[in-house]
Amino acid sequence: MSSLQDTFFEECEELLLALDEGLGQVVSGAHDKETVNAVFRAVHSIKGGAGAFGFDDLVSFAHIFETVLDELRADRLSPDADLARVLYAASDRLAALVEATRDGTAADAAARDSVLADLNGYLGNAGQEEAFNFPTLTLDLEPLAAAPAEWYEIVFRPHDGLSANGHEPALMFAELAEMGEIGVVLDDSALPDWDGFDPEKSYLGWTISLCGPQTEPAVAAVFDFVEGLCDLEIRHIPAEDAPTPDSVPDLAVEVLPVETRPPGAPPPADLPDKARAEHQGGARPTLRVDLERVDRLINTVGELIINQAMISQRIHALDLPAGNPLENELEDYKLLARDIQEGIMAIRAQPVKPLFQRMARIVREASASTGKDVEFVTTGEATEIDKTLIERLADPLTHMIRNAVDHGLEPSDARTAAGKSAQGRITLSACHRSGSVFIEVSDDGAGLNREKILGAAVRKGLVSESADFSESEIDALLFLPGFSTAAEVSNLSGRGVGMDVVKRAVQDLGGRITISSVRGRGTTFTIVLPLTLAVLDGMVISVAGQTMVMPITAILETIRPEVQDLHSLGAEGQLLSIRGQYVPVVDVASSLGLTRPDRVNEEGVLILVETQTQERRAFAVDMVHDQRQVVIKSLEGNYGVVPGISAATILGDGKIALILDPDSTAQLSPRPTPMKEEA
Amino acid sequence: MSMTAEDTALQKDLEVVTFSVAGQSYCLDIQSIREIRRWSPVTALPHAPADVLGVMNLRGSVIPIYDLAARFGLDNIRQSERNVIIVVALEGNIVGLLVEAVSEVLSVSRADIQPTPDIRSEATRRCITGVISVNGDMIRMADLKAVIHPQKVTPA
Repeated sequence: MSSLQDTFFEECEELLLALDEGLGQVVSGAHDKETVNAVFRAVHSIKGGAGAFGFDDLVSFAHIFETVLDELRADRLSPDADLARVLYAASDRLAALVEATRDGTAADAAARDSVLADLNGYLGNAGQEEAFNFPTLTLDLEPLAAAPAEWYEIVFRPHDGLSANGHEPALMFAELAEMGEIGVVLDDSALPDWDGFDPEKSYLGWTISLCGPQTEPAVAAVFDFVEGLCDLEIRHIPAEDAPTPDSVPDLAVEVLPVETRPPGAPPPADLPDKARAEHQGGARPTLRVDLERVDRLINTVGELIINQAMISQRIHALDLPAGNPLENELEDYKLLARDIQEGIMAIRAQPVKPLFQRMARIVREASASTGKDVEFVTTGEATEIDKTLIERLADPLTHMIRNAVDHGLEPSDARTAAGKSAQGRITLSACHRSGSVFIEVSDDGAGLNREKILGAAVRKGLVSESADFSESEIDALLFLPGFSTAAEVSNLSGRGVGMDVVKRAVQDLGGRITISSVRGRGTTFTIVLPLTLAVLDGMVISVAGQTMVMPITAILETIRPEVQDLHSLGAEGQLLSIRGQYVPVVDVASSLGLTRPDRVNEEGVLILVETQTQERRAFAVDMVHDQRQVVIKSLEGNYGVVPGISAATILGDGKIALILDPDSTAQLSPRPTPMKEEA
Repeated sequence: MSMTAEDTALQKDLEVVTFSVAGQSYCLDIQSIREIRRWSPVTALPHAPADVLGVMNLRGSVIPIYDLAARFGLDNIRQSERNVIIVVALEGNIVGLLVEAVSEVLSVSRADIQPTPDIRSEATRRCITGVISVNGDMIRMADLKAVIHPQKVTPA
């Protein structure tokens, strides 16, 4: 019985997500009949399931909710801003009721009753209309668009350095195309003759016209990373001057593929292409699998890879004559094994969308309790990351979002006074970039008040008054334990957890978090995470005869030092001078207690590492072998925490190599090293 | 250590695997033993206590290997060809225990287990739940929990 209930609550979670998503489309006006049906079905299924288990509270609430949705479905209600608010509130309340039912706790009856009263209000009206046989309201899509289309003209001319830095204009255009309807006109007037052509120079420019619901900063964000590498002009075209969609210049030389619309769909201004694409893609069949089974499979495949490596080593040792077919077969085996590994890893990867939708609920709650008007924008919802990452990001993200609403955004009147729109905006985005996942939470609020932060830190005795801090160092103070600037502890953020908890949660996932803030324009928190928790890019090194792995993410460069670059300091200290800077040398072997401390000579190799506190250390090791991906095996489960070591991995020969934790190893070094007996 | 109520309640026979550590006979409930492996070199852990030999690859899992003799407060294991690793599981933790040699599987009655006599060595007493007399030989019942969670046993 209880497992049936578990399944019901699992399904509820999915249904609630579908409900939220559908409501988002209904409210933005970007919906069709099927969306309203889907929303209705979600609530109906919850009601049905709840009825089977006798959860009467849930049933009666879902029933009223469903009845209102039915009115909407029958076109007897039209989705205006008020109804949208009520529907959202009802959806949040339904989620809370499901949660309360699952955990066996008491639901907030007052909140439920007020939502019920609102819902009943709509039923009353609808009933009247029916009774007096009023002409029914038709669901007219066009005037309902909550996010009206904006027109932008973007003039973009890359400098020579843009391509050299690895940027690709086509990708930016693709990103713009996701925002709405675009037209691209190529300006090749600067293109010289063949004789004068230098392939490393940039001759082309583009004029892009974009029509979509985005705001100007969102459009500008596409070009964030090429700032200074191009001439860029983004012009917002006032509505009265905006061309109709048909008048998008037809002479476009290079028009990017924009998703085709199914016949009969509303015009693009009302329906973001992306939303519909995701909506249509949502119906693919899925399979529910116990996570433990997948993990077992991942483990076994890891073994398969190791086994394959061992077989290849053995076969190479046989010294077979060249051209032996066995070599080819072996190569195939290797490729197949890698394919399987990638496939299995992909099973664990999931889109961040459900997480982002949960955050939308947090924003609604937070904006309701602070009385701030907040627009919540998400991008990159389809970005896939490891399931464990998604689960473990929920708490830190919740906290960051609450903070953004509570502290980041100013009250409406302050915003208006500062010449901004009264409605604040919180943007949550995810993307893959260079082998990592980037998740950003940004607000368009007042930005960090650095004097206040520094003042608070000094008052709390976290830093000394005389210290001279750079802006980024002041920002980093936010992550210190025990730091909070809120003048009064608010109901929202002041729950005894600070940004230090967020930072630790992110670090535990192998990631890092950074802040950037511009006074008056807002603050952005960026979380950078590894793609998966299971694999790590590492440098294989030897230390005191042991093979170890150093995570690539921490490594800046490897150095073979000259004698004159090494300087002694104190009894055991040693510094490396590199490009005019002195960097402390960390003797890894003695830090880990493997050998007695020894001065580095020119035979060793130094690995320059940046710790999470942005300090540099030169790690002395015996040898650097190669770089490879390793499967992370936890030590903590069966053993416990090992100082200086984050985990272990198994190498091709079946032997275990420990994975160094550069931060904790660096911290081990200043203490007198505990020695093991040496013969 | 006295016997728990459960032990006295269940008068059933118990199967144990006996082995020797620093010349003394010990045994473990066969239910807790996953497998017995030949000794193979381990990877040493930094800053590990003397009774932790290192970690070993057990079909893809990284498991710690303890020197049982050192755990019991005896000398280190005498190195020999017959040294084996007993792989045990407790509450989801899998660890390997290095012993000198495994002897046999015995059937004993729970009633035959006597409480540990009062001895001085704290490290030994805390790792043993009782003793069994078999053909004039005394076999010590190892307490797996105390062996696996060293923080509660050491420092002696």
